[in-house]
Amino acid sequence: MLQTNLKHVESRNDFKNLIENNENVMICCGRMGPMCLPVYDVMEQLEQGEDYKHVSFRDMEFDSHDAAVIRELPETKGFMSLPFTVYFKNGKLVRATSSIQSSEQVTSILDEAFKK
Amino acid sequence: MQDQNYDAIILGGGPAGLTAGIYLSRAKLKTLILDQGIIGGQMVLSYEIANYPGVEKTTGFQLSNTMKKQAISFGCQIQSNVKITSIDFESETKKIEVNGNTTFHSKAIIIATGGKSRSLNIDGEDTFKGKGISYCATCDGDFFQDKKIIVVGGGNTALEEAVSLTKYAKKVSIVHQFDNFQALEHAVEEAEKNEKIEFVLESRITEFKGDDSLKSVMIENINTKEVREKSIDGVFIFIGYEANTNFLNNKCIKLNQWNEIEVNKNLQTNIEGVFAAGDACQKRYRQITTAVSDGTISALNTAEYILSKKGKLAESV
Ligand SMILES: Cc1cc2nc3c(=O)[nH]c(=O)nc-3n(C[C@H](O)[C@H](O)[C@H](O)COP(=O)(O)OP(=O)(O)OC[C@H]3O[C@@H](n4cnc5c(N)ncnc54)[C@H](O)[C@@H]3O)c2cc1C
Repeated sequence: MLQTNLKHVESRNDFKNLIENNENVMICCGRMGPMCLPVYDVMEQLEQGEDYKHVSFRDMEFDSHDAAVIRELPETKGFMSLPFTVYFKNGKLVRATSSIQSSEQVTSILDEAFKK
Repeated sequence: MQDQNYDAIILGGGPAGLTAGIYLSRAKLKTLILDQGIIGGQMVLSYEIANYPGVEKTTGFQLSNTMKKQAISFGCQIQSNVKITSIDFESETKKIEVNGNTTFHSKAIIIATGGKSRSLNIDGEDTFKGKGISYCATCDGDFFQDKKIIVVGGGNTALEEAVSLTKYAKKVSIVHQFDNFQALEHAVEEAEKNEKIEFVLESRITEFKGDDSLKSVMIENINTKEVREKSIDGVFIFIGYEANTNFLNNKCIKLNQWNEIEVNKNLQTNIEGVFAAGDACQKRYRQITTAVSDGTISALNTAEYILSKKGKLAESV
């Protein structure tokens, strides 16, 4: 289990329910490692602020069996750095990034992909 | 636009900035740490820290959290992931504008913005970051099981990480621009005796190529200028660190030829009321212990500076 303050996606079912029932979803799939922690930190902060209330922020343990739903997406093929971060709009994958991302990089994707 | 006043503002929440925050807050000075990223700085990038005295073995993340908690417990305020939109350090009251909507004013500033890994800045590097190009062997090594990889660099980190990557990769080529290494002898020996490692010396990568992921690199021999294509699954880049001082370019703070901040023995910059600490400064050894030491020295001198200003103000009333 990841030790973050984000809600976790723990199974395939969780993942399916999440993207089917929420318009804007960002999931960071990683470990408690150096390149992942800064992304969780950015997400926790955005979740607490006022500007991204329309986005559901989650993380998922990269090594869990069910994280295959993210590891094996066609859009993450070729990714070779943790974390894999994926963005879903109305159940459809709209962006995916590999490796560490800054607050600015994350918010620019959120602003573009999940326009209010 | 909101305005807020502090005695001291610290830019950067790595070990130098957090230490300065602890000392200034304990001295009952109203202190704010602003960080453009995660609190902890480069410490967070370290899986294991075994050379911080008094702590037997810990992760960088844990050590960061402890330092952060300590600073907050003394009243230090901390904001992470902020965007610094403008600075004015030359006036007597210093100003930092954040996120385009808040201006912080203070009597003194400590710049503790540390450093970041240097990149090669060549074609394809941005495209294949995370898709074959990596800067962290511990994080990404296991994606390269039985693959062929390159490690770029000739310092301790490059050679040690090359050896550690042989746990996964079937072949590791170390590409280095000189014919000798800056690394310590024992690190070079370890690499030399590892059968999976080959050395490509006096050479440099000039381009990264691929499609969904990295597939090959162009390597130039620096002497003969001959360029060849080498097919490869991954490249790890360890060519040192550079100071995070770009935001000071064309500002009043004096930097040396490597863009490190010039300071005197009190860690004061050329501008009154502006101090600097840690990896962003000109110095030889960049470690957590030296950053912590700088944090202490800069904070004590900052406190003295602020109190002397307050004293002068009291005398004049
Ligand atoms: C992978 C790795 C492993 C290491 N292992 C060890 C070890 O085992 N032992 C050891 O002693 N040392 C180790 N080091 C070195 C050590 O981490 C650094 O020397 C130390 O962190 C420097 O501290 P600092 O506070 O000066 O800067 P940093 O730790 O770099 O912190 C600077 C902070 O400033 C922020 N910042 C940057 N620019 C701005 C800006 N414009 N405005 C606001 N904030 C800004 C950054 O986001 C960062 O949080 C390691 C370094 C790395 C990269």
